[in-house]
Amino acid sequence: MKTVFARLALVLAASVTPLLGADTIKIVSSLPRTGSANAQTTSMVNGIKMAIAEVGGKIGDATLAYEDWDDASPQRGNWDPAVEAQNADKAIADPSVLAYIGTYNSGAAKISMPKLNEAGIVMVSPANTAPNLTKSGFGESNEPAVYRPSGKVNYFRVVPTDDVQGAVAADFAKELGAKKVFVLNDREVYGKGVAGVFEKHAKEIGLEVVGVDGLDAKASNYKSLVTKMKQAGAEVVYFGGTTQTNAGQLAKDIVSGGLKAKLIVPDGCYEKAFIEAAGSKALEGRAFITFGGVDPKLLTGKGKDFYENYKKTYDGEPEGYAVYGYEAAKVVIAAMQRVAAAGGKLDRASVLAEVAKTKDFTGALGTWSFDGNGDTTNRTMSVNTVKDGDFTTVKVVQ
Amino acid sequence: MTETEVFMQQVIYGLSNGMIIALVALGYTMVYGIVELINFAHGDVFTLGGFLALTILGALGAAAFIDPATLGEGSHWLLLFALVIGCGLFCGVVNVAIDTVVYKPLRRASKLTQLVAAIGVSFILVNIALFWGGAPMDVFGGGNAAAASKDFPELLEGSNLLGEESNVVLRLEDIAIFVVTIPLMVGLTLFVKKTRLGRGMRATAQNPVAAQLMGIDTNRVIAATFMIGGFLGGAASVMWSLYSNTISFQMGFRAGMDAFTAAVLGGIGSLPGAMVGGVLIGLIRAMSDQYIETRWTNVVVFGVLILILVFRPSGLLGLKQREKV
Repeated sequence: MKTVFARLALVLAASVTPLLGADTIKIVSSLPRTGSANAQTTSMVNGIKMAIAEVGGKIGDATLAYEDWDDASPQRGNWDPAVEAQNADKAIADPSVLAYIGTYNSGAAKISMPKLNEAGIVMVSPANTAPNLTKSGFGESNEPAVYRPSGKVNYFRVVPTDDVQGAVAADFAKELGAKKVFVLNDREVYGKGVAGVFEKHAKEIGLEVVGVDGLDAKASNYKSLVTKMKQAGAEVVYFGGTTQTNAGQLAKDIVSGGLKAKLIVPDGCYEKAFIEAAGSKALEGRAFITFGGVDPKLLTGKGKDFYENYKKTYDGEPEGYAVYGYEAAKVVIAAMQRVAAAGGKLDRASVLAEVAKTKDFTGALGTWSFDGNGDTTNRTMSVNTVKDGDFTTVKVVQ
Repeated sequence: MTETEVFMQQVIYGLSNGMIIALVALGYTMVYGIVELINFAHGDVFTLGGFLALTILGALGAAAFIDPATLGEGSHWLLLFALVIGCGLFCGVVNVAIDTVVYKPLRRASKLTQLVAAIGVSFILVNIALFWGGAPMDVFGGGNAAAASKDFPELLEGSNLLGEESNVVLRLEDIAIFVVTIPLMVGLTLFVKKTRLGRGMRATAQNPVAAQLMGIDTNRVIAATFMIGGFLGGAASVMWSLYSNTISFQMGFRAGMDAFTAAVLGGIGSLPGAMVGGVLIGLIRAMSDQYIETRWTNVVVFGVLILILVFRPSGLLGLKQREKV
């Protein structure tokens, strides 16, 4: 019996492999789908699906498939290094995977970047903003070379980096009339990075940094820390962190602890879950959220089309990062189409080479290119606040 | 703020947080005292208590309760006590059910088996909380973000009792924690010292076999222990939710971790030990946040734990343990 089954399996395998191998190519995404980022990432996945549906799931003769992978675990409620590593390995092991859209968290990107780099798979992040992933001088001395063991750039991102975002936040703190700022981070790659940029730029523009600390994202409350900030006379509190690293709790404790300071947070909090966690009472008029882009409602051109289509297709408002998921998928699909149109073979190397050549791409985010580091040339930033339970834009910085 | 004001403020926060930790720690220490099981699911039973509290408030129309004008004087306290008792009972029943279904059949199995079972139950409860968080109710965000932290309404009026001008903030929530936790602790101590069932508990803790030979229904004692431990956890979860104004499916993880540390610090199995340990951890956290740095707070807490265990291996108030298998 055993041999019969073995033979059957062989026959099956032989008949299935060419079907998948020759005609199906895959884009996968690795985003935190378990945990409070879920609403945000669902919206991003919807964006990716829209991009694929727009080409009818076809590139030339090949079928374009998409798989939505989770890089979070329920135990953490947030991205998990072990799961992200598994996802990267899974992508490498499947020859039909030609592009990897992800990650959401910069810390997670650190795990999969070197793996995918060696395998030569193009990786496009819709949300990583830590500058040290692509640029030197922001993190360790071996960054970003350590993420590129092959020496080639395979990692691209469609979102402006935190060296822009942190500086915009510091400028805004000054605009609010603050002289003393307290800088907090969540001790993750993203949070520490953006808080570091904020601190540096704040000093350059003459703000006094009265304290720097890293908080414990799982603490029940930050009342003691708020007391310390109150004693330091903080007029603006900057928190480099995300909803998942407890920004909502911090906002509440600032109010209940009687600290009359404004709170500025980066794009990791630009999601409805942040308002839900903090309660809009703790945010209205006192919290400001920077975001590398603009409110989906304010998008123009192809972005406006995306916004309208999204609302029609999914019967709801997209979250802030939905358009980046869409744009990341679009840029990969455009590269694949160029390969197919030129009669080339659709494989990892050809898609990677074409994505790298992206120049003056006109998409939902305007017209932009990838620079030599793999970063977008788009630098639009917005400062938002909360009003009537929803985000509203205060100003847009180009 | 002057140095004295800062210190006073941190003492208030430290005590408030510490009392809640102590209440949860009692659940760990009681169960350990009787069946020698580290009930890792205790923190997650606590989570369910918070979710029940928010569900009840949602059903009652939470918004109405935030506005003091809609309720008469004192009814906020009444509602709070009702929640404490209701969620306490619920968590007690859940705890007893877990014991009956999972721990009881494993009572004679190896300690390791029981421990792994407890961790398994903990995972199940976390996921139940995750589903619960997606419940289609307004307070849960209409089911869109099951895992997101939920805003818990301020049941008690939030103004500063020392006057809005005062630098030190003392709010009704801080007072409420003491009003709820101290009677519970005193009641528990009296119960264990004075009642028949309490005596049965102490006897079972000392030697279960001998207790059984003396005619004590140890199964009843164990069930009562889980009930009381769960009740305290449920009560603590309401106070915690009220104090942090947030609940999330993971709230039990940190609460459980702190409480377990407190129980070990005070001497696991010892009731006064758990109370002292909890308050101590609350105070250490607050002082470390203020005078060292928040990023070092966990290091300080566990550093103190290690130091105490080096010099007093059975904890601050723990008695020298008889030989454990």
